[in-house]
Amino acid sequence: MASIIAYLWLIPTAPLLAAGVAALLPRGRRGLSAGLAIGAISLSLVVSCAAFWATLHGGRATINFRWFDYGSTSVALGLVLDPLGAIMAVMVSLVSLLIFIYSLGYMAKDENFTRFFCFLALFAAAMLGLVIANSLLLFFMCWELVGLASYLLIGFWFQKPSAAAAAKKAFIVTRIGDLGFFVGMLWLYAKAGTLVFYDGGHGCLDGGVVLGAAATTISLLIFCGAVGKSGQIPLHVWLPDAMEGPTPVSALIHAATMVAAGVFLIARVYPLMTPEALQVVTWVGALTAVFAACIAVAQNDIKRILAYSTVSQLGYMMMGLGAGGVAVGMFHLTTHACFKALLFLGAGSVIHGCHEEQDIRNMGGLRKRMPVTFAVYAVGMMALCGVPLFFSGFWSKDAILDATHHWSVSQAPFYLGLLGAFLTAFYMTRQVCVVFFGKPATGAAERAHESPSVMTVPLLILAFLAVVAGFLGTPAWPWFKCYLEGGQAGFDLSKLVEEHQLRVMLLSTSLVAAAIFLGGWLYGRAPARPWRESDPLEAAQPAVFALLRHKFYVDEFYDATIVRLTAAFAKFSDWLDRAVWGGAVKAVCWVALVLARFSRGTDETVVNGGFDIGTETVRGSGEWVSRWQNGQVQRYLRVIALAFCGLLLVLLWGSQ
Amino acid sequence: MPNELAFLPCAVVTLAGAVAAMMLRNLVHCALCAAGAFAGLAALYLQLDAQFAGFAQLLVYVGAVAILIVFTIILTRGADLRPGAAATSPAPWVGLLAAGLVVACLIGCLVSSPSLNRLPAATADAPVKSIGEQLMNQYVMPLEAIGLLLTAALLGAVVIALREPPKSEPPTR
Amino acid sequence: MTTPLVHYLILAALLFGVGLAGALTRRNAVLVLLGVELMLNAANLNFIAFWRFGPHPENLTGVMVALFVIAIGAAEAAIGLALVIALYRHCRTAQLDRVASLKG
Repeated sequence: MASIIAYLWLIPTAPLLAAGVAALLPRGRRGLSAGLAIGAISLSLVVSCAAFWATLHGGRATINFRWFDYGSTSVALGLVLDPLGAIMAVMVSLVSLLIFIYSLGYMAKDENFTRFFCFLALFAAAMLGLVIANSLLLFFMCWELVGLASYLLIGFWFQKPSAAAAAKKAFIVTRIGDLGFFVGMLWLYAKAGTLVFYDGGHGCLDGGVVLGAAATTISLLIFCGAVGKSGQIPLHVWLPDAMEGPTPVSALIHAATMVAAGVFLIARVYPLMTPEALQVVTWVGALTAVFAACIAVAQNDIKRILAYSTVSQLGYMMMGLGAGGVAVGMFHLTTHACFKALLFLGAGSVIHGCHEEQDIRNMGGLRKRMPVTFAVYAVGMMALCGVPLFFSGFWSKDAILDATHHWSVSQAPFYLGLLGAFLTAFYMTRQVCVVFFGKPATGAAERAHESPSVMTVPLLILAFLAVVAGFLGTPAWPWFKCYLEGGQAGFDLSKLVEEHQLRVMLLSTSLVAAAIFLGGWLYGRAPARPWRESDPLEAAQPAVFALLRHKFYVDEFYDATIVRLTAAFAKFSDWLDRAVWGGAVKAVCWVALVLARFSRGTDETVVNGGFDIGTETVRGSGEWVSRWQNGQVQRYLRVIALAFCGLLLVLLWGSQ
Repeated sequence: MPNELAFLPCAVVTLAGAVAAMMLRNLVHCALCAAGAFAGLAALYLQLDAQFAGFAQLLVYVGAVAILIVFTIILTRGADLRPGAAATSPAPWVGLLAAGLVVACLIGCLVSSPSLNRLPAATADAPVKSIGEQLMNQYVMPLEAIGLLLTAALLGAVVIALREPPKSEPPTR
Repeated sequence: MTTPLVHYLILAALLFGVGLAGALTRRNAVLVLLGVELMLNAANLNFIAFWRFGPHPENLTGVMVALFVIAIGAAEAAIGLALVIALYRHCRTAQLDRVASLKG
């Protein structure tokens, strides 16, 4: 452990350096930029795997350093190597590597290829830093950097106004959550005196810290950050709009990693979370899961469906964390990363093949034209739905349902989870049927071609992981749970057929089967007219369908209230700045100008004028006196004579 | 011993000559009247028992200075004043006033001063011998200075009045 | 009937005044010089009169001074008249009011 911890800093630093160099490269150096990014992330993967290997038997190692002093206290940052961080590091670097390779093909025709890889590397560096951070402050810094990278990548095609607006929306909405996170962090620092997680007994998670009555509030404030970043209601509105970014971005950031950072945050500070806070987490997660699943049923953009699916699955993760603990939530996070990234990349392949078409109603019959894509997409879809036994989603979702079933507070999340599972299976079936089955709806769909191997090979690797990862956490062999929480993982098949375990499994399986059947029946047949006009659900319940398609009008509600309020306040601030402060500055300027004018006037009239008058007087008097000297000698003589008389008189009278 | 009877005619002649010298239009007449005034003064000196001074006055003033003035009048053609041209410079009353004031002051002082009412000494003797002795003893410095002055004046007058070689610049007015 | 000193002095004063009036009034430069000579002579008369009416006539100061004044007056007349001649040559005139190039 000790030897690896010395190299832990390499994990985030290598991609950061790659991003730094790539930022300076000119647009033409595509190969160098991509090579640097992929090389760096490969190095991170290697070191992460070494770290993972070192933590296989549990344990924790930290390396802390003092950042700066102020007064008598100092602020410390640090890196931690423990199972939670190691598994996340491996997952993030592996998925990032596969998506980087995929982007080589997907973004090949884009002219800003170099900039794209620079931003991707920056994102990877920030995410990896977040994962191994041992200080809530370092965590927050990487959290913000991740938000920045997300903004840069969502708005990658910034010439599109919708993309620029989406980037702004993402940043601002997550900022609201980050504000709560920041306040909670400050409060924690005030109460605990340190933000370092594990510090040889003195860290805020080490157990020696007593937070008292403020613990729940602090936990909920930190949860605010997770709500924003992980797209729980009410701050979920940015995630669907974030689909404006390129598909690899959606896969990496908004499916596998960044949105999982919120879940990871709660997992990291789990020792701080009070039972009351965990209740709130569970409820929020449950509501989000169902809410987003409902909306996804009525969406027509291939990426939007997956985006709402992500929101829903994040709700599941929160539910798992709240009801079942760190292992349950993290297991679903890991499996979700694999199959959601797979689904997004598959969607990207479909979009690429259909020549940048994104509306599912314009696709159809792609099964025959893009067979590899269809196969991997089907694997991903079944993993997401939770088709039993061979697909990872089944095992992870089952763990969550099991945990909520045993939750002491209420059974409502369990039923909401079951409803969510039904809806998930339904909308995924709808999507797969409309996209891959039936007849092509447009010429573009008809001419669809398979993607190059640089794109399909990562898809195959992810599909393999989507199947295999599930076996790490089955009840028969709970390796994942024991890895994270300690304990020995024994292989015991009998655990599979334990009574309540089996009941939950059968219940979820039957719901999933029913949903797939319903979806297939409604959408599996080739339509008589294009789907645009003849969606069965829309025909059956047009009002409900419209409500769902418009996302329950949440965006419109926010626009009418908060956005309008903020805009009004901004206008007021502008007026204040311009009229009041600006007016004050202008008044000062005016006073200065008046003083200056007065000063100039004084200078010109009084000083200059005084001088002028003085010199004029002297000159004038001199001129007048000089007129006496007219050159006439006799005048001079006369003057002398008169002066002589005067002198004489003065002397005479003076002497008397 | 100056006698009133002898004084008055000489005084009248002197004064009349002086007035005429200053008032006549013809400059030569002026010069000649001035010579007369100088002569009258010489007579007054003689009355005052300063014989040497009187004869020196006659020699120098009447004999040299008056003649000099006549020569200058001739050389500067000032004698012929055109009829109608003014003999006096503009505003002559100012000069007359000034002179009148001076005279008034002087006479006022003279008349009001009691120390001037004195009688002369019985005899006064100014023999040439004494003058010569005094010139050589007490007044030797002034004598030499006068000699120098006269030399300088002589040379200076020659230089000033020398006809300059013709130059290209026009005469200034 | 000895004439008192005052008479001589009054005569000298009058002579001085006449000379001054002439010097201040007449246009011709020569006459100005003539007026100056008259003034000098008036002063001379003063000196001689004071010598004669003084308490110590054996002290020949008055006479000596008068002699010197005569000499100086002669020298000054010579120079002055030479100047008038030079002026006449330059300015073609001996009228003083025509020669005003030194005016201020």
